[in-house]
Formats: sequence, C-alpha cells, structure tokens
Amino acid sequence: MSRERLLNGALLLALIVIPGWALYADEPFTITLATRAVIFALAAVGLNIALGLGGLVSLGHAVFFGIGGYAMGILASHAQSYTPLIEWPFVIEGTKSMPVIWLVAIVASSAAALLIGLLSLRTSGVYFIMITLAFGQMMYFFAISWPAYGGEDGLSIYVRNGFPGLNTLVPIQFYGLCLALLCLVLAFNARLMRSPFGLALDAARQVPERVRAVGLDPRRLQLVALVISGAITGLAGALFADLNRFVSPTMLSWQMSGEIMVFVIIGGVARLFGPVAGAGIYVLLEHLLGGVSEYWQIFLGLVLLMVVLFGKGGVVGMIAGRRRDG
Amino acid sequence: MSPILLAEQVLNGLQSGVMLFLMAAGLTLIFGVMGLINLAHGSLYMIGAFAAAAVAGATGSFALALVAALAAAAAAGALIELLVIRRLYARDHLDQVLATFALILILSEGTRWLFGSFPLYLNMPAGLSGTVTLPGGIVYPVYRLALIAVGIAVALGLWWLNARTRLGIRIRAGENDREMIAALGVDISKLYTLVFAIGAALAGLAGALVGAIQSVQVGMGEPVLILAFVVIVIGGIGSIKGALIGALLVGLTDTLGGVLLPELFKLFTDPASAAATGSAFASMAIYVLMAGVLIWRPTGLFGART
Repeated sequence: MSRERLLNGALLLALIVIPGWALYADEPFTITLATRAVIFALAAVGLNIALGLGGLVSLGHAVFFGIGGYAMGILASHAQSYTPLIEWPFVIEGTKSMPVIWLVAIVASSAAALLIGLLSLRTSGVYFIMITLAFGQMMYFFAISWPAYGGEDGLSIYVRNGFPGLNTLVPIQFYGLCLALLCLVLAFNARLMRSPFGLALDAARQVPERVRAVGLDPRRLQLVALVISGAITGLAGALFADLNRFVSPTMLSWQMSGEIMVFVIIGGVARLFGPVAGAGIYVLLEHLLGGVSEYWQIFLGLVLLMVVLFGKGGVVGMIAGRRRDG
Repeated sequence: MSPILLAEQVLNGLQSGVMLFLMAAGLTLIFGVMGLINLAHGSLYMIGAFAAAAVAGATGSFALALVAALAAAAAAGALIELLVIRRLYARDHLDQVLATFALILILSEGTRWLFGSFPLYLNMPAGLSGTVTLPGGIVYPVYRLALIAVGIAVALGLWWLNARTRLGIRIRAGENDREMIAALGVDISKLYTLVFAIGAALAGLAGALVGAIQSVQVGMGEPVLILAFVVIVIGGIGSIKGALIGALLVGLTDTLGGVLLPELFKLFTDPASAAATGSAFASMAIYVLMAGVLIWRPTGLFGART
C-alpha cells in the first residue's frame, strides 16, 4: 500500500511541478496539454467508479462527457447571443458562469445516467456492454441530426466562461481550477471507496448473492454508482468543452467512450490514481508519437494490447503490486 | 405518401436488414461458441470492403472482388484469432472489449496507412446496375434486390450448415459443452479458429456488398458493428434465428422511421422543422425499439432465459 501511496504522491507532485515549470519557462502549450490530461483524468475517475468499483463495463461514457460538453455549449451560446434558452413557462437565460454550467452539466448527465442505468441494468455482462454502446451511438446520431445546436459541425464559443475571482483565459488559472476539481473528486472518491456504500458496491461486484443475502439490492447499488460516475464524467465534459471553447458530436462518439476506458485501463482499474496515471500517459503518448507518425494510434493499439494481454493491473498495478482484495 | 414509395422503403429496409444479418450472424456465432465479444468485427467488414475495392480496381471483375473480400476477411480473422483472440477466451468481458478495441485501432490505422484517408469506390457489376419494374409498378435497383437474395441465401446456408452438417453439430456441441466435445476428440482450438474465420468471412462479404452502394473508407465498419450489437440485443445473444429477426426489425425500423417520422411531424409543425425534428427522432428509433425489447424481455426475443 505504501508504494501505491508514494506513487500517488509522485503523480500529484508531477501535476503541480510540470505546469509550474511550464509557467516559469513560458511554455503555455505544455500547460494546455496538462489541462487536457487533468480533464481526461477527471472523466476517467468518473468511469472508474462504475467500472472499477461497480464492475460495470460501460462502453457509453461518452454520453455523459458529451452531455456535459453540450450543457456548456448550449448555455454559453445562448448567453453569447442574448437569447433565452426557453421562454415558457418561465424564462431561462443562458449563462457564462462556470459554477452554474457545472451544476447543469452534473444534473443533466446524472439524469441521463439514471435513465440509461434503469434500462441497461436490467441486463448484465455482455448485454450491458452492447447496450451502453448502443445508447452512446443514439445520443451521437441525435446530436448530429439535431440542427438547433450546430448538428454535425458542433458549437463554438468565442470566450471561455468565467469563474468568480479568476481570469480563466490565463492558461495556468484555468489549469488550477481543473486541478482543484480533480483533487476534490479524488478526495470524494477515496472517501467513497471506504464508505459503507463503497464497500457494499465492492461486495456487489464480487459476490452479488451474498450482498442480496444481507438485504441489499446489488442493482440499486450499481445504479447509484452509475449515476455518480456519470455526474463526474459530465463535469469533465463541461471542462473539456471550455478548454477547447468548442463542443461537437465527436465528444459523444463511441471512440471517446473507448478512450475514456483506455485511460482507466492503462492506469489501473479500481486504483484511486489509476485514471490520473492513464490519462497522463495517454496525453504524453499522443503528443510524442503524434509528432513521429500520423498513424500513432497503431502504437497506442499495440500498447493497449500489451497492457491487456500481459500487464494486469495497468501502470499503477505494475509499480505498486496487486490490490490486496484482488 | 404513396404506396409505391412505401413499398420501396420496405425493400430498402429489407436490404439493409439482410446486410446487418451478415454482420450479426458472425458476431452471435462467435459469442455463442466462444463466449467472446468481438469489437473488431467491424474492422473485418472494412477489410472485406477494401480487399474488394482493390481487386475490382485491379481486375475489373466484381466476382473476383467478392472472392477476394471473403478470402481476405477470413484470412485476417484466422490470423487475429491465432495471434490475439485465443488468449482472450478465458478472460473476462472487460479484457475482451479492450483487446478488440486495440485491434480496431491497429487495423483501422493500418488500413489508413496502406490505402490513405480518401474513400475508395467499388462499382457494382454492370449486369446488376440497372433497375427493374416489379409488380405494382415499383421501379427498384436490381443490385439491391440481389443483396436481399444473397442475404436470404446466406441465412439458408447458415441454417443448413448448423442443422445438417458435421461442422454444425460440432458448433452446437461447442456451444453446449466445450469440455465434453474436446474429450470426444474434436480439436477445439481448430474449431474455434474455423468459426472465427467463418464469422469474419460473413462480415467481409457484407462489407464488399455494401461497399458497392456506399463509399469504402476507414471507419466504415464501426457504425455497422454497433447496429449489429443492437440487432443481437434485440434477437438474443447466440441465436442465429434471433439475429435474422432482429436484423430485419432494425433494418425496417431504421428505414421506415426515417421516412414516416418526418411525415408524422408534418401533421403538427411546418414542413421545414418537421423534416429536421423528424429525422432527429428517426435516428433514435431503433434504440427506442431496443429499449422496448429490453423492458419486455431483458435477454432478447430468442435469447436463453437466465
């Protein structure tokens, strides 16, 4: 356990030192890359709650990521054009305020998670994988064919949304904001893993019969886990859209779902800092290999294949050893 | 809406349904026998289409192109089964999903590297490129009718293979009890490679046949793969009959939804926004169908009750 703690500390330190160095050396692009990694990590922390703790192999987490993104895009585009979102039965205006956008993103994505969960948790195993993938594709095609918010072209925002007391247009300030959210969510995740709910969920993944025998409903535990998971990934989606000042159906695509899962797997399933390590490695590979070859995803595929076939437990697992409860 | 237009759309739905069946049959066969979820099935579809386009471009013969598609997809299937897939049978579904996702990345980017990012075109055979007038005055492309015929022929062939041949007996025995059939002296790993190659060949055939009416490009397989998943969820995993019924349901719902829903919305709003809203909701129709089947029967129409 102590090796894992050391590794977690090192990762946290890297998240502070690397952008700090980039600020000192005046390399804003590195800060943007680090922001990307932190946001991906946040999305993957969300998935890790469903996948690692709950054992739910969701191949549709791009739905929540994309809903978060569109929450930002829709609210900000209405604020930008000074048109109300709806006028009846009461007027709702758009907004450029991040906390409001985050709240909307969280509420919308957890509502979607509840709905998808109610339907897909009627099944399990391979059906669950296919169904989450299918619902993801449904949202993707809906976003493409719904013309009001850009359709296939997506939606651009001229100015990044604001946060009280900060200038979010300065890369390091936006980075700090994202990092603070990641740390908050990681702290929440650590508490969740040790809470009665987290323990029951862990048990429901391993031996659902026993959980049922003590009077708990595994389905219900998994549904709550999926909602929490969707909410966190949705929050990450809102940040990602704000980072790019752009949201498009690509955020809802099945490739996005696959990538979020890759972050978790490369890092280490069910490990607190697994998603952080995975997202960091992914962004690093994307940057380094993307410069070498246009076809860098071949190498990503090979790395992923090796991790799955030979390296159980991802990077955190390889460095820190197996989880005690296995 | 005229009855002729509706009849044409029903034929279109049947055509896309039987092509989906070719994909879904392979997937469900592989899942039924080996218990494997194969995301890379869409890549095999793509490989079939590219092989067909390349051979048709070089020789000008559509028949040779189809042979090449079958051979290339079956060979690619057998190769990845030997190298990667057979290590996954004993693993959980998460590992299978990830490893086959990795295969998608490798195969898609590899194809892009070989053929470039621009779409290729595959011309349908000259003999089938015209239209034919059906009873009732429906003018319909011959090629699409031929696709429906091929789909029905494959469905019959699969039924024959499964019910009337020694290989079919082994496949069904493998689905039920793999230890027992191995104990009876059947080389189970050879059987698995063969089943995987058959599934791959079906996907490659579908890719080549559809490639002649759409463009052949990297990433063409995954949307079809996900539709095939919807088919399997509706029909029930492991059931070829379920795959056929599911594929026809999905093909018809998708095609008819795209035509009828905008018409329906025209009753409520102006034509322009009715077309937009209608097509947006039509894109969701098959998933609503899937959700309905899930509520009614969580294991699909013909799936084993758990």
